Amino acid sequence: MKKAFEIIDHTADVGIVAYGADVKELFSNAALGLFSLITEPESVEEKLHLDLELSSEGRDSLLVEWLNELIYLFDVKHILFNRFDIESLTRNQLKATCYGEDFDLMKHKIKVGVKAATYHMLKLDKNGGEYKAQVIFDI
Amino acid sequence: MARWQGQLVKLDDYRWEIPQNYKTGMRVPGLIYASKEMLESMREEQAPEQVANVAFLPGIVDHSFAMPDIHWGYGFPIGGVAAMDIKDGVVSPGGVGYDINCGVRLLRTSLSEAEVRPRINELINALFHNVPSGLGSEGKIKVSQKEMNQLMVEGARWAVKRGLGTEEDLDVTEEGGCLRGADPGKISDRAVKRGMPQAGTLGSGNHFLEIQVVKEIFDSHIASIMGITEIGQILVLIHTGSRGFGHQVCTDHLRVMEVAVSKYGIKLPDRQLACAPIESSEGQDYLAAMACAANYAWVNRQCIAHWVRESFSKVFGKSPEKLGMKQVYDVAHNIAKIEEHTIDGRKVKVCVHRKGATRAFPAGHKDIPRRYKEVGQPVLVPGDMGRCSFIAVGTQKAMDETFGSTCHGAGRMLSRGAARRSMQGRDVVRELENRGTTVKAGNIPSLAEEASQAYKDITEVIEVVHQAGISRKVAMAIPMGVIKG
Repeated sequence: MKKAFEIIDHTADVGIVAYGADVKELFSNAALGLFSLITEPESVEEKLHLDLELSSEGRDSLLVEWLNELIYLFDVKHILFNRFDIESLTRNQLKATCYGEDFDLMKHKIKVGVKAATYHMLKLDKNGGEYKAQVIFDI
Repeated sequence: MARWQGQLVKLDDYRWEIPQNYKTGMRVPGLIYASKEMLESMREEQAPEQVANVAFLPGIVDHSFAMPDIHWGYGFPIGGVAAMDIKDGVVSPGGVGYDINCGVRLLRTSLSEAEVRPRINELINALFHNVPSGLGSEGKIKVSQKEMNQLMVEGARWAVKRGLGTEEDLDVTEEGGCLRGADPGKISDRAVKRGMPQAGTLGSGNHFLEIQVVKEIFDSHIASIMGITEIGQILVLIHTGSRGFGHQVCTDHLRVMEVAVSKYGIKLPDRQLACAPIESSEGQDYLAAMACAANYAWVNRQCIAHWVRESFSKVFGKSPEKLGMKQVYDVAHNIAKIEEHTIDGRKVKVCVHRKGATRAFPAGHKDIPRRYKEVGQPVLVPGDMGRCSFIAVGTQKAMDETFGSTCHGAGRMLSRGAARRSMQGRDVVRELENRGTTVKAGNIPSLAEEASQAYKDITEVIEVVHQAGISRKVAMAIPMGVIKG
């Protein structure tokens, strides 16, 4: 199976490159990449789900918004996600159901505190039949 | 990563110019403070390109500056300084950074190394227990929505009013611990939600709390005015900022600025430089929100300083007053401020962006506390946990050349991943212990990311700003105990 995402280095921070056969898969894999920076995704079970609806000015800012929304939910509601079902996705709107569970200090190891998805070196490309996105996070 | 191949013109041993014609669209030249040796490592990444990119911003005056600790940031380099004319210039959240008013506060004590070393473990444990730190840490102070609105406006005074500190602390805090113009109406609900539980916490990443020993005094007169009189004297340095609150404020306003860039027809070489005219509603809203986050950070450092005093008091069985625990100073190193500066003999109001840079006002300046009027504003420059930190003062030369600004720290050299790899199989805690530094961290694996090798040598950074004359070194201290989130 092809990789869903890779982690990349940046001097002060850290980033991901996510892949997808379509844009929905790309967004879902980028979110998985984000949570793999924060914790070990295998340790997260599907115990709750949350519906999200977002809009933005364009596809790349929508990706940043989407990741920032998930960062916010972890920071404020302490929820870790490990599966994302993107129901609809247009250039500037997204509707998704996210599955995961409440953060539990005894169960989940936190690797790094991700504080924001940035526009720095943000790239969304389509190469042949594959979509690719690069995002750098502030940690 | 590609090496930066751009042109640098040597002005003298410590100043290097990126000519204005390096890239079409630069409104002013770039100016990098560095030694020849440091320049080579700066070329390893794209930080100099970012210095050139900042020069594109409307209203920028004089130069786009880079301090010797620059490294690659988002849009702006970390260690960058840019002043924009308030009449036709822009304000850019990227020129402040996500961690608004990240900064450092220094406390002195009358304790000596001989008194503290035998009890260092006890002291570190007490501090670790009393100062909430680490990922997802929540504060000991419970802040309601109403109180959140008050602290955003009042800054450090909000904490002092609740008995967390003294009036004297405010005197020796940049801006008195309160940036004017804060408007909670410009803060999103989600920023408030992120901020409320995190008030009064140290956080994680490169933030720390350090017990230090004075190792060298370069200027005993200035040091004595700061209350630093002996080699072996114990100091405490607190490094933190505005936590998730500042990040959310930055994220929210970057989104507004994204739209503003096209609305005002601003041409930018990098999206993360998103900005708006200072006098536009978008610009004013950001400044009002940024002031809220700056004030939140001052509350944060004020609370932590209080708990540091309590911890020392408990361990040594004496009051903080008896232990001589006075605040030396508190500086912001991620902030934008409206200041008056003299350009070509003309007094001009500018918005000075200091992103990973410290204000360094000279003796006699109206904005520095009376205690330091004669010697200049204290500048606090933390190094990495394996090396040392410096205390310096601002100078007239900084005022004349860099809008009263200097460096802020060591500056990263290796990415976190590279730092981890370089430390593979080594025990960072043990290595530091062997060198006389006790470390307690919430997240031990991430400690390797903060190892000395990851940072530039702070001694070289300080040497450059000292030799260039934009600040003057006063004292140097080494860590004896470190708490990391």
